[in-house]
Amino acid sequence: MMLIPCPWCGPRDESEFHYGGQAGVAYPADPAALSDAEWARYLFFRDNPKGPFRERWSHSAGCRRWFSLVRDTVTNEVLS
Amino acid sequence: MTQPYRLERGGLVDRDTPLSFRFDGREYQGFRGDTLASALLANGVLRVADSLRLGRPRGVFSAGIEEPNAIVQIEEPFPEPMLTATTVELYGGLVARSLRGHGRLAGDPDPARYDSTHAHCDVLVIGAGPAGLAAAATAASSGARVILLDDQPRPGGSLLGTGEHLDWVDTVAAELAAAPETRVLTRTTAFGYYDDNHVIAVQRRTGHLGALAPAHLSREGVWRIRARQVVLATGAHERSLAFADNDRPGVMLAGAARTYVNRYGVLPGRRAVVLTTNDSAYAAARDLAAAGVEIATIADLRPGVQNGEALPGWAVARVHGEERVSAVTLRSPDGAGREVDADLLLVSGGWNPVGALYSQAGGRLAYDPELGAFRPDGGCRQNLFVAGAAGGSYHLGVCLAEGAAMGGRAADAAGFTARGIVLPEAADPAGTPPAAVWTLPGGDPAVQFADLQRDVTVADLARATGTGMRSVEHVKRYTTAGTAHDQGRTGGTLTSGVVAELLGVEVGALGTTTFRPPYAPVSFAALAGRDRGMLFDPVRVTALHGRHESHGALFENVGQWKRPWYYPRDGEDMAGAVLRECRAAREGVAMMDASTLGKIDVQGPDAGDFLDRLYTNMISTLKPGAIRYGVMCRPDGMVFDDGTVIRLTDERFLVTTTTGNAAAVLDWMEEWLQTEWPELRVRCTSVTEHWATVALVGPRSRDVLAAVAPGLDVSRAGFGFMTWRDTEVAGLSARVCRISFSGELAYEINVSWWDALTLWEALLAAGAAHGITPYGTETMHVLRAEKGYPIIGQDTDGTVTPHDLGLGWAVSKKKADFIGKRSFTRTDTARPDRKQLVGLLPDDGGLLPEGAHLVTAAPQRVLGHVTSSYRSAALGRTFALALLRGGRDLIGQTVWATLDDGLVPVTVTGSVLYDPEGTRRDG
Amino acid sequence: MTADRNLRRSPLHGVRDRLATLSGAITVAEVPFLAQINLRITRRSEPRPGGSTSDGDVDVLWLGPDEFLVVGPPGSEQRLISAYSGPEASVVDVSAQRTALDLDGPGVRELLAFGCSIDLHPRVFAVGDCAQTVLAHTPVVLQRRMSGFRVLVRSSFAAHLAAWILDASPDLTAGH
Ligand SMILES: [Zn+2]
Repeated sequence: MMLIPCPWCGPRDESEFHYGGQAGVAYPADPAALSDAEWARYLFFRDNPKGPFRERWSHSAGCRRWFSLVRDTVTNEVLS
Repeated sequence: MTQPYRLERGGLVDRDTPLSFRFDGREYQGFRGDTLASALLANGVLRVADSLRLGRPRGVFSAGIEEPNAIVQIEEPFPEPMLTATTVELYGGLVARSLRGHGRLAGDPDPARYDSTHAHCDVLVIGAGPAGLAAAATAASSGARVILLDDQPRPGGSLLGTGEHLDWVDTVAAELAAAPETRVLTRTTAFGYYDDNHVIAVQRRTGHLGALAPAHLSREGVWRIRARQVVLATGAHERSLAFADNDRPGVMLAGAARTYVNRYGVLPGRRAVVLTTNDSAYAAARDLAAAGVEIATIADLRPGVQNGEALPGWAVARVHGEERVSAVTLRSPDGAGREVDADLLLVSGGWNPVGALYSQAGGRLAYDPELGAFRPDGGCRQNLFVAGAAGGSYHLGVCLAEGAAMGGRAADAAGFTARGIVLPEAADPAGTPPAAVWTLPGGDPAVQFADLQRDVTVADLARATGTGMRSVEHVKRYTTAGTAHDQGRTGGTLTSGVVAELLGVEVGALGTTTFRPPYAPVSFAALAGRDRGMLFDPVRVTALHGRHESHGALFENVGQWKRPWYYPRDGEDMAGAVLRECRAAREGVAMMDASTLGKIDVQGPDAGDFLDRLYTNMISTLKPGAIRYGVMCRPDGMVFDDGTVIRLTDERFLVTTTTGNAAAVLDWMEEWLQTEWPELRVRCTSVTEHWATVALVGPRSRDVLAAVAPGLDVSRAGFGFMTWRDTEVAGLSARVCRISFSGELAYEINVSWWDALTLWEALLAAGAAHGITPYGTETMHVLRAEKGYPIIGQDTDGTVTPHDLGLGWAVSKKKADFIGKRSFTRTDTARPDRKQLVGLLPDDGGLLPEGAHLVTAAPQRVLGHVTSSYRSAALGRTFALALLRGGRDLIGQTVWATLDDGLVPVTVTGSVLYDPEGTRRDG
Repeated sequence: MTADRNLRRSPLHGVRDRLATLSGAITVAEVPFLAQINLRITRRSEPRPGGSTSDGDVDVLWLGPDEFLVVGPPGSEQRLISAYSGPEASVVDVSAQRTALDLDGPGVRELLAFGCSIDLHPRVFAVGDCAQTVLAHTPVVLQRRMSGFRVLVRSSFAAHLAAWILDASPDLTAGH
C-alpha cells in the first residue's frame, strides 16, 4: 500500500486515490482539425516507462483534487 | 502421567499448570509454556511425521518458525491444517495429528471472530530479542511512538533459548509495557513489508487458549502498521548441512536443542554427537551437558580449530537408525571412520540472518564470505535499520549495542532524541571464524537432504544443474526446493551453497531466491478480518429500505445498493409479481423508489457551457423549469452515462446519473474542470442522498398526484412533459419532475431523505382507491425495455456509441465540440456493420437468457448477444433487446440464439416495441 | 392535503436503540437532522486545510481547497444559506446527504483504527482537525472534537457503518 502525498491532505493510503494515467496529455485544442491517426494517438497512446513517470492522481476519497507527481515505476518511490 | 524427558527443574514452563493433550491418538501431558513440540519431546516423542515425497520418518528439527518437519494438523478444538508443532502453544484439550505434507481444511464454517486494525508509529521494531529490546527501549526513551512486535508469547528472543539476562528482559519489557506511547505486541508475526514502510503483521490472540478462548474476542487480528522508521531485529536461523541421512529423527539443530533444555526444561535426547562449522554449537553442548545430556563427541568441520573439546576437521559420514538416530559414523580428515553411539545428532551449519522482510522491503541480500551467509547489504531505499543477528552480528554484546544504536538512530530519523538505556554486561568471547561448508563428502547424494520439507536432495539439485540450469530461481522451480511451508528457512542458503558447489561458482555470485510475502503462513480468515458476510462490502440502502422490507420486497444488488427487485404477494413467483406490477404501471398507477439515481448540483455562470461540453446534446438552450435527457460519452465516443438534466435557474442545474455511476460522473466532472477547463466558473456537488425520489407511474398517476399536491396544477397544459415544479406534496416541500422511464404518464417526486417515508405513505393512501402498486427494478426494466430505453452498463459495455443505441437524435450537430464528438467520424465508429441495439421476438415465445449469443443460420457467424430479456404483460409475450452487428438492417429477418440445447429462431425488430407513437406519456 | 402522518426519519432511526446499548469503551449517538451546507468558495483562509472552526452553534469543516461543509443545528438551513451566499460562493443544501455520529469513550480511537487508515493520534489529528477519508470501506468526514470524534457519513452508508460499529466494538481492549 503506497503512501501518496496529496498536496492538500498530506500522505494518504493509495486506496483513497484514483489513478489518472500519464500526466500532461492535454485535450487537443481543436479535435476536428486532427487526422484520425492524430486523434487515435491522443485517445489510445500513453508512455509506459520503466523508471520515473509523471502521472495524475485524484484524491477521490478525500479532497477530490487532481494533482500530478513523478513516481518511479520500478520502486514506487514518489520522486516529486 | 510422566514426562520422561522433562528435567526436574528449570525452564520457563509453568509446572503448576499441567495440560493434557492428544497427539496421533495418544494422551500426553505437558505444561503451560510448552509448545506442542517441546511437550512431545518431554514425552519422548521425537518422530512427528513422514516426509512428503519419500515417506521417510522425520523428527522435530528446530524450536521455532523455521521448522521443516513437524507439520501437524490440529483437530480440536477447531480444525486447522499445516501448523508447525514448534510454534503451536500447548493448551489443554489440544488434539493434533502428524501430517505428511498436506493438511485438511475444516468442513464447517469457522465460528471464530477475526479483526484487523491500522496502526501508526514513529519507530517499529520487529523482533524482541536482545537487539530488538534494546532498540525499542532506546527509541521509547525519546518519546517517539514505538511499536515492538515479536512472534513469541513473551519478549526475549534468543535469550529465552540461552537463558541469559532474563532479568534484564523482564525489566525492559515492563518498562515498555508501561510507556505511554509504546505498544508491545507479542504472538505477532510481521509477514509483509510493503511500500512506504507499510508492515503487515498477524497477531494470534486467543488460539493459545484452546477451548477456553472467549468467543467474543477475535481469534487473530491483522495489524497494518505504517511506520516512519523500522528497525529489523529479526534474528537469525541456524541452518543444516548436507550429509547422508541428515534427515533422521534425532538430527536436530544445535541451537534448538539448547532452547529445549533452557526454555522448556526438556532433554531432546540422552547422548549426543555434535557436528558444527562454528562456535555457537559449543555453548549448546555445554548447556546440554549441564542438563545431563552426555556429549559423546564434537566434530568440528574447521580443520584448524584447536580447543581441546572437538575433533578438528572431522565430519559425519553417515547416520544410523531409521526411526531414530542410534549411532553416527564420523570420518577424520584423513578418511578414518569411527562409529559413535548416540540418540541425538546436533548440527550447526552456520546461521542465516533472517532477511525476508528486508528483501520484501526492496533490499538486497549479499553474501558475506566471513559470515558464510547472506545478509542485508545496507542499501535498502526504505526507512529501515537492521540490528543484531538480522544483520549478521552474532555476539550478544554487539547485538545489544547495535540494537541500542539503531533504536536511537531510528528515533532520531523520526525527529526525536533518544536517551541512553542501561544494557546488560555481555562479554563476547574471542573465537574462531566460522567455515562455510555445504555438502559433506562421501555420502550418497540421494539421501543428502537440502530441503527437508520438500524432500529435495543433493542428487535432485545435481539433476537440475545437469540439465543446464544456472540460476537458483530455475533450480527452485525445477526441484521445488524452498517452496514449502517453511520457505526454505533452514534449507534455502544450503540449497544455494550446494548448487554453487555443483556449478563450481561462488555462492555469492549465485545469490538467493526472491523473498515474497507472506513470510509465514497466514489464514485467509485473518486476512479477511471483519470483512465477512454483510460487512464484506458496504450495503447502501435508501431511506425507504425498512418500508420495502415490510412490503415483503426481494432485493437486487445494484452496485453497492440494495434495491427492491419485486414485491411478491402471497404465493406469487417472480414472473407473476412482475406481470402484476407492470400491469399496474401500464393500466392504473404504480410507484417505485428511485432514490438511488445519482444527483449532482452543477452551478456557476459557466454551468451551461460546461454541460454542453460534457453531454452529446445541447444543454445550454434548456429553459429554467425544463428538463432534458442527455448522454455523456468518453473521448473515444463510447457511451459513459445518461440521465436527465433539469435547469433550476440560469446558473444552476441538477443532473441525474445512473445508480452505479454517480461517483464516477462526479469524478469525471471534477477531472475536466480541474485539469482541462479551470477557467470555467462551475461547481459540482453531490446531492444523491439529500433527496429521496419516488417515481409515480401510470395513467392514474395524475389523480394520485393531484390528491397529495393540492396546490399543483397537474393538468396536461399546466404541467407539461419534461418540466418540473417546486411545490408542496403531502405537506412536504418537494420537487416534482414530469419525466417518464416507462412511456406512461409519470412523475418523479423528490423530497428530503428524512421525509421519504411520509411521502411514501401519503402516496400509498392517496392511491389506494386506484390500487397503487409498489414495483421494483425488474418491472422498471421491463417497462423501459418495452420502450427500447437502454440501461447503461446492461445494454452497453463501453464499446457502444449513442448512434449504436439509436440515440443519434441526442447527438448535437450544432455544437463545435463536446467530449466524444471527434470520435464519431473515426472510421471505426462510422462503420455500417457496428453492433446496434435492436429488439428481438423469440419465435417460440421462450425467454432468452441474457448474454446468449446470436448467430446467422449457416454458416454460423456471430452477430452479437442478448443484453436484456423479459416477459411483457403489455405485449403478451417474451421479448429481448440485443446488440446485433448491422442490426438495424436486419429488422424483420430471423437470426438464431444459441442456447444450451441448440439454436432457436428469433425475429429482429426495432427496439421500441410498445407504444412507438408515444401516445401514452401525457395520460 | 397535509402531512397528517409526519414520519420524518433520520438514517439511523432503526438502530438508535442498539447503538445506545454500547457503553464503557465506546459510546455512539446519532445527531440527527443537522443543517448542513456545502460551500464552494475560492478565497477563504479559515478553516485551514484539514481543520475546522466552531463559532457558536455552527461548525465549518474544510473539505477541499475551495470546499467547506457548514454544520448547524436542526432547522438552521435557511439561516446558513443566507449567511454564506455571496457572489463568489456557491451554496448547496446537503442537510440530509449525511448524518452525524458522535463517538466517544476510551476506546474511540481504537475503534476507528479498526476501519480507518489515517493516523488519529492526538499528536497528528488534534481537536478541530477534520479529514475526508474512508471508515469501514465507507466515505466519511471525520472531525476531532473536544470530546471524541464526529463521523459524518453518507445517509445510504449509515446503516452499514452502524452495523460495523456494533460488530467491531466487542473487540475493543480499551475500557476492559
Ligand atoms: Zn486530498
